[in-house]
Amino acid sequence: MTTLTDPPRESFRPSMLIYDTRYRSMTIQIVALIGFLLLIGWLISNTAQNLATLGKEPNFGFLGEPAGYDINQRLLDYNSQDTHLRASFIGLLNTLLVAFMGCVTATILGVVIGVLRLSKNWLIAKLMTVYVEFFRNVPVLLWIVFTMAVLIETLPSPRAFKGVETGSVVFTNRGVYVPEPLFSNSLGDIHLFGASSLRFDVSLDLIAILVLLAASIFAIRKVNARAQGIQEATGDRPKTWYVNLAILFVPMIILLVVLGFHLGYPELKGFNFKGGTYMRNSLIALWLALSLYTAAFIAEIVRAGILAISHGQTEAAAALGLRSNRIMSLVVLPQALRVIIPPLISNYLNLTKNSSLAIAVGYMDITGTLGGITLNQTGRELETLLLLMLCYLVISLSISAVMNWYNESVKLKER
Amino acid sequence: MSELTTDREIDRSKMQVSDEVAIEINNMNKWYGTFHVLRDINLTVNQGERIVIAGPSGSGKSTLIRCLNALEEHQQGKIVVDGTELTSDLKNIDKIRSEVGMCFQHFNLFPHLTILENCTLAPIWVRKTPRKEAEETAMHFLEKVKIPEQADKYPGQLSGGQQQRVAIARSLCMKPRIMLFDEPTSALDPEMIKEVLDTMIELAEEGMTMLCVTHEMGFARQVANRVIFMDAGQIVEQNEPEEFFNNPKSERTKLFLSQILGH
Amino acid sequence: MSDIAFVREDMLPEKAPPASNVGIVGWMRENLFSGILNSVLTISSLLVIFYVLVSLLPWVFSGTWSAGSLKECREIFAVNGGGGGHGGGACWGVIRERWIQLMFGFYPSELYWRPVVTFGLLFVAVIPVLFSMISRRMNWFLLALLVFLTTFAFGGVFAWMLRIISGLGLAYLAYTLVSTDKADRATQIAGGAKRLPNPLIFTALFPFVFPWLLWGGSAWVPIGAILGFVIGYFAYSILARTVSGLIGLIVGPLAAIVWWLLLSGTFAGVAESIIPLSIEVVESRKFGGFMLSITIGVVAIVGSLPLGIVLALGRQSDLMIVKALCVGFIEFIRGVPLITLLFVASTLLNVFMPPGTNFDIILRVLIMVTLFAAAYMAEVVRGGLAALPTGQYEGADSLGLNYWQAQRLVIMPQALKISIPGIVSTFIGVFKDTTLVSIIGLLDPLGLSTAIRADANWNGVVWELYGFIALLFFVFCFSMSRYSMYLERKLQTGH
Repeated sequence: MTTLTDPPRESFRPSMLIYDTRYRSMTIQIVALIGFLLLIGWLISNTAQNLATLGKEPNFGFLGEPAGYDINQRLLDYNSQDTHLRASFIGLLNTLLVAFMGCVTATILGVVIGVLRLSKNWLIAKLMTVYVEFFRNVPVLLWIVFTMAVLIETLPSPRAFKGVETGSVVFTNRGVYVPEPLFSNSLGDIHLFGASSLRFDVSLDLIAILVLLAASIFAIRKVNARAQGIQEATGDRPKTWYVNLAILFVPMIILLVVLGFHLGYPELKGFNFKGGTYMRNSLIALWLALSLYTAAFIAEIVRAGILAISHGQTEAAAALGLRSNRIMSLVVLPQALRVIIPPLISNYLNLTKNSSLAIAVGYMDITGTLGGITLNQTGRELETLLLLMLCYLVISLSISAVMNWYNESVKLKER
Repeated sequence: MSELTTDREIDRSKMQVSDEVAIEINNMNKWYGTFHVLRDINLTVNQGERIVIAGPSGSGKSTLIRCLNALEEHQQGKIVVDGTELTSDLKNIDKIRSEVGMCFQHFNLFPHLTILENCTLAPIWVRKTPRKEAEETAMHFLEKVKIPEQADKYPGQLSGGQQQRVAIARSLCMKPRIMLFDEPTSALDPEMIKEVLDTMIELAEEGMTMLCVTHEMGFARQVANRVIFMDAGQIVEQNEPEEFFNNPKSERTKLFLSQILGH
Repeated sequence: MSDIAFVREDMLPEKAPPASNVGIVGWMRENLFSGILNSVLTISSLLVIFYVLVSLLPWVFSGTWSAGSLKECREIFAVNGGGGGHGGGACWGVIRERWIQLMFGFYPSELYWRPVVTFGLLFVAVIPVLFSMISRRMNWFLLALLVFLTTFAFGGVFAWMLRIISGLGLAYLAYTLVSTDKADRATQIAGGAKRLPNPLIFTALFPFVFPWLLWGGSAWVPIGAILGFVIGYFAYSILARTVSGLIGLIVGPLAAIVWWLLLSGTFAGVAESIIPLSIEVVESRKFGGFMLSITIGVVAIVGSLPLGIVLALGRQSDLMIVKALCVGFIEFIRGVPLITLLFVASTLLNVFMPPGTNFDIILRVLIMVTLFAAAYMAEVVRGGLAALPTGQYEGADSLGLNYWQAQRLVIMPQALKISIPGIVSTFIGVFKDTTLVSIIGLLDPLGLSTAIRADANWNGVVWELYGFIALLFFVFCFSMSRYSMYLERKLQTGH
């Protein structure tokens, strides 16, 4: 019955580019794109001209040249004859190291402080508020140099330990020595990437431990799933904690004994300590300051997350007869985590970016190596800064990707 | 749902329907993605008509009147409002929007402006009316909706009913030839519904062309000259109110009326 | 008669609660010692507080303010028997001697009034934005007072003219403030009395006054810059009326840019030669201390606001390319640390500019920090936009307002108001981040502290300097954050 009569096609007029909603958006976008390309072109032509006058045509060849400087805190082997690329790689690992350590301690501290801020104990709550305000409102760079100063000024020099019985952990004004894990029946290392700048030794002992750990956790999940099954079938949940503990520890202890695990303690040799794992005070200062600073922000997030769960939820759960620990784990936490985790991850991102302030205390992270000494030695500002930003962008974008994935997966199903 | 809207005499003498066409819709279709919300809508509204559009929720009635104001885009068919065809041409869209007034379920007043500023905003910026003149017009219409004393207050300080009357006044300030109402009373408490409906009745008495999506069947009976029933994106039945309520033809209409008037 | 019927004849009097629930004992029992765990926590935190105070307070209060060097300081403590060394007490002498440097850097001391007046004016300029409870009269009164006081910092005919004008304004405003109180004034206004002009006019002009007062030079330069906006606006409004809004929107900014790049310099030069309006020029490298931090913070926020709004609108729009450009910019800036952007400022920015340009380092830092802040500002504004109900857009559309009218008259006024707490937080963040400029060698408070410690007299002073700087930052950031929280609460409780 219906006869679709489309309006007669109008012939195209130039004014439609502006007044017709179908073309208008295209016009705007093309103008914007042209403007943007012009800007970029202008910048690039300026840069090319300037670099040509300076005789510094963009060239990444410097990465293959020997760096010629030392990196005193490192995870992999390195010497000053290694290339700039190797130095940057060591720096990148240092960035990741301090970021990882910082995130872990900041989370622990932040959760504790955030929960304590909600404590019914007036004094504790106030004390934690003071902590949060104090750390949030002073620049993080100030905290970093301040922590560094505390370490240098208050801890004794290694010389002071002469003739003194030292414990397993030694605090000196140059750094901290902690016992290192050693294996007398070591399985050896795998050498990845041969002799290139990215060469990477992986301890087989570590891999064995991690594999075993993963296996144990898998087994524990199996046990828990079985317990869940029994609970669903019969209503009673069998006690599983001792089985789980056994699964976790017994194989691990056996493995460690087989590998001949023991600790290497630091000893004073001459003017300095030998043995043990040495963490320079630049690393410690950066780690501590970033953790303390970020913990203040995380505490606020945790507090806000818990407060966001309305009292009605707790009351409803209590009215159903759930005990308080079950209320926490079944009702409050799943909802609070939804609120907490996104800002938590963006704080991890901030911590990682703030770790670039390492340069203020001389910790050789990627900014200190690639953006610091390499830049100054080679004079390749454009190339080094591009690479540096690229590194941080990759880290940031991966963290955001994780966050987006999480947000998608926990989105509340609503109409 | 209250049957009786107003207790006063309604003057139907001025509610004359002229032969002049106000809105013409031809085979209009609209999709949200792949969902076909409006199907082959054909409707002609003459100047001075008071049309009530009823139907279950999700039947597309709001979407239909939002299309008349280009708040929603239609994909097929032809809409002519007051002699101007609604195309993707911005000039036409602007022209139609300034000729057609619209009131929303949630009023959509601008909370950062006073009542008077709400009413003068569009005349000043769209019609380029001098401020003084715009304010006089605004006060005239605020008196008409019986809240001139609230002119310097902010929307947040008014009750829902008052806000909706301000929204009506705001639309009237543009001197529209057609008024669209999108469930103007659904967000209101029962005691406030009456004051808004009274305002709408007065408007009808002055011969305004009105299209009104509402569940107020009393209003439909007393004021409308035509009731349109929509379901599943289509116009299922239309008739004069007496016939529509007393003698519905379609099964869907009967079911709907029994649900809405049945208790 | 059934047993369940009951009627109370006398109402029960109110009784006091059990003694253990009230008073200080009850409070302590409930809030400090409500269980074993809580008691342990209370006592251990009391111990911590006690320990911190015992080790900190004597050091702070037994310190000396008189010493002129660290050596002298140690001698004083040795004489007083304070054990000598550094543990004897604080050497506040370094603060007494250098605090003015920590405030102004190497700004010429006879011109200190200029930064002071600038920041005073800054306060007056933010009043209409942040402190809605201060009336227009009061706002103009403060402005006139500040201008009046400033005229005493210099002499000449111009100063006298300014003094007389501001004095008259001051007297008039003081008279109205004293003669009519707030309620009277409200009735006057309701009765049709003329209102004072909106103080936002001064807020809008302040970004031009600010650099002129700090850096000095000819007053015709900022006037030329303002003229650029005027020209751009006229080009837009004429074209929008005669041809099309979109064309006006493209040509207007272009006209302004042409004016700024090609003509305003000549204009300022010619005008200066006819009517000289110059104050002494201060070079950027003399900027330092908290003055530098505040300058960078304020310029970055003021500059990032328009940029952030544009980016936020771009990110919200359905124009794919525009959106992609905005998202790309925002995510890039937010993905890299500020320090890398500062490296760009210190080494690369001149390379990006046409050959021969040479911005000074502070200007380059200002550009980069502004871009940095703009990305964060865009996210704040986007939050404000997202918080607006779609009904507001529909309301504006249904009245026939076009996109820019709707944005300017309806959307932005509301979105920006919602965003104020976020903007203040961004400002706090940027202000804290200004310490990073010490890494590229600028003399902000932290950079100055290194310089001071390099001085032989104060080599070895650590805690006093860091403590002082931290305290100032804390006071500033803490009060700002409290104020932004207060604003947030006020916004939540409605209009």
